[in-house]
Amino acid sequence: MTIISAEGERPNAYTIVETADEAKSASKPLVPLALASEIEVPAIPYGLLVPNDAPVDEIAQHFSSVDLIAVTFPAFADGRGFSLAKRLRREGFEGTLRASGPLIADQFADALACGFDEVDLPDTMANRQPVQQWLEMKDSMTVHYQTGFGEGQSILQQRLAARKEAAQ
Amino acid sequence: MYRYDEFDERFVRERVDQFRTQIARRLDGSLSEDEFKPLRLKNGLYLQLHAYMLRIAVPYGTMSGRQLRQLAKIAREYDKGYGHFTTRQNLQFNWPKLKDIPAILDLLADVEMHAIQTSGNCIRNTTADQFSGVAADESEDPRPTAELLRQWSSQHPEFVWLPRKFKIAVTGAEHDRAAIKVHDIGLKLKRNEAGEPGYEISVGGGLGRTPMIGKVIREFLPKDELLAYVEAIMRVYNAEGRRDNKFKARVKILVHETGAEEFTRRVEDEYAKLDGPTINAPQEEIERIAAYFAAPDYEDLPAESVTLDSARREDAGLDRFVEQNGFAHKQPGYIAFTVSLKPVGGVPGDMSADQMDAFADIAEKYSLGELRVTHSQNLVLPYVKKDDVPALYTELKAHGLATANAGLVTDIIACPGLDYCALATAKSIPIAQEIAKTFADDARQKEIGELPIKISGCINACGHHHVGAIGILGLEKGGRENYQITIGGDATEHASLGERLGPGIDGEDVPGAIEAIVETYLGEKQGSESFIETVRRVGADPFKTRFASFVEERSKALEAAE
Ligand code: SF4
Repeated sequence: MTIISAEGERPNAYTIVETADEAKSASKPLVPLALASEIEVPAIPYGLLVPNDAPVDEIAQHFSSVDLIAVTFPAFADGRGFSLAKRLRREGFEGTLRASGPLIADQFADALACGFDEVDLPDTMANRQPVQQWLEMKDSMTVHYQTGFGEGQSILQQRLAARKEAAQ
Repeated sequence: MYRYDEFDERFVRERVDQFRTQIARRLDGSLSEDEFKPLRLKNGLYLQLHAYMLRIAVPYGTMSGRQLRQLAKIAREYDKGYGHFTTRQNLQFNWPKLKDIPAILDLLADVEMHAIQTSGNCIRNTTADQFSGVAADESEDPRPTAELLRQWSSQHPEFVWLPRKFKIAVTGAEHDRAAIKVHDIGLKLKRNEAGEPGYEISVGGGLGRTPMIGKVIREFLPKDELLAYVEAIMRVYNAEGRRDNKFKARVKILVHETGAEEFTRRVEDEYAKLDGPTINAPQEEIERIAAYFAAPDYEDLPAESVTLDSARREDAGLDRFVEQNGFAHKQPGYIAFTVSLKPVGGVPGDMSADQMDAFADIAEKYSLGELRVTHSQNLVLPYVKKDDVPALYTELKAHGLATANAGLVTDIIACPGLDYCALATAKSIPIAQEIAKTFADDARQKEIGELPIKISGCINACGHHHVGAIGILGLEKGGRENYQITIGGDATEHASLGERLGPGIDGEDVPGAIEAIVETYLGEKQGSESFIETVRRVGADPFKTRFASFVEERSKALEAAE
């Protein structure tokens, strides 16, 4: 796997676990949501692996004990993860949000704008679309219309600011 | 009309460059064909039966003469000298080459146009009443809303990977010419009891395999809350719309399966949670956009034009053109016109590059440089002075654009069908041509009156046959093309879906069947009733009976011939 953030490739600290035993022995386990609801994970804070159709309320119960939530993308064209990320941020999750799956570089900017911090890419994908491509595609658009998405000001906000400045 | 500012300009230019990079990354293997496909679709590029097709957005159907001239240039230099207007108020080029696409997109950007999100599983071009701003029955102009939505939906970070395509339409008039009830979201501008502006919002209308009429989920939404509310609808749909079956992925199915009440509850729930003020457009922005659509500087004119009245008495063709294609204008002394792209025997919606150039000149000379595209594949001149009509008519006639059939039996909507479309199961354009020839006689058309016929070449229903007063659906049966006929469909504020008359018939029998249906109507008609009004009053039964005997006569005739 390759982890890509807005700044470039990042090391991965988390190991996916499948059983309670594995969860106990791993230093930084990435625990599937179903398992996390059943057992006490000792290594707090840990990572939570959630399917893209998981109810937000269910995930939110674990907020206090996790520092990373990985949302799975079964396919790049399945956009549910974007809405889930948006909702998790709204519910107050402040840790790392990871998009896990075969996303394409062309989705990077959108993923970041919806609240993700990083993408966990299968190696086959990372070979075809190396980190450099992700960083280039991220910056292919410098303006966006939607307020409340991404870091910079939206076009609507920039217009408003320009108007105020002109009025002074 | 709206003009790009520096931000709109930069957005569209960067998007063209982005697509250029994507094509290059497809060619060098970074992107697989499966990955590239949705990217090209979201830039308007389809792979058709014989070639690529580029679909260009005409936002809410509004265009300037300058833009149309640019389309003529593209048609001439990069296509086969013509373009095709679609039922979504867009324009398609059927023969561009992949390598030319970025250059074409540059030419479009030069005149503030683009092909963004004219295809793919995203929010498509928002459509509106083609008579926006000029219709006498309009209470509020829908174009500022449509433009706001165009901007907001363009490359929305969260909503470009939806379960399926998503279409929004807006109307501000009593009579719904934007077919809002058969859209994923239909917006009707209205005022509440206190007189404040807002919207009635319906969701879940649509045609295709499972046609449905939209349900009202909000009786009144204050105008300035629009974007946040639409975001709530989109989020519920994006998260919960079905992704296991593409034929069940439209929001209409979600609304249907969860029930309108429960769906409404989920949207309202989401709406209550999100932070509206951070999403909605500031009042200044709404006003900035609306200012572009302020009424033009009309001249003070008498309501009636002596020049036009006397010219009409002398020229029967002009008289008929004004009667059939003229449209009542808000402003005294002005009139709007539907310019039919349905000459008898022509391809519905096609326009040659020469016609485009000529029409651009005409729009500049007679209609303040502006024209509209209708969802029935015609054009509109919105701002014509009545005094100018005789001269306008002469020029239109010279370019084969004065067909006086707006709304009549020969003004047929037809999807591209088997002539172009990879999904088609039957021809649709040739069927339209045959019907038009059958009813070519002007007096006969006039006697029949308003009768919208709509034809689709497969169950995807791009020709909107479900809402045709007469709908024709081309299927394939035992290796032959087979056509199902419905009647009683309506896309207006009386929205209803057509009812099938009987078994499917051969393509060559379609004109005869339409004649039988029309005869039935003329026999049943009371007073000045239109076709659809008669169908609503008497129901489908008399038509079914007549259709059944038509089918029987035809099969007897066939047997005798064998
Ligand atoms: S209705 Fe079918 S044949 Fe016609 S354009 Fe749509 S997909 Fe193609």
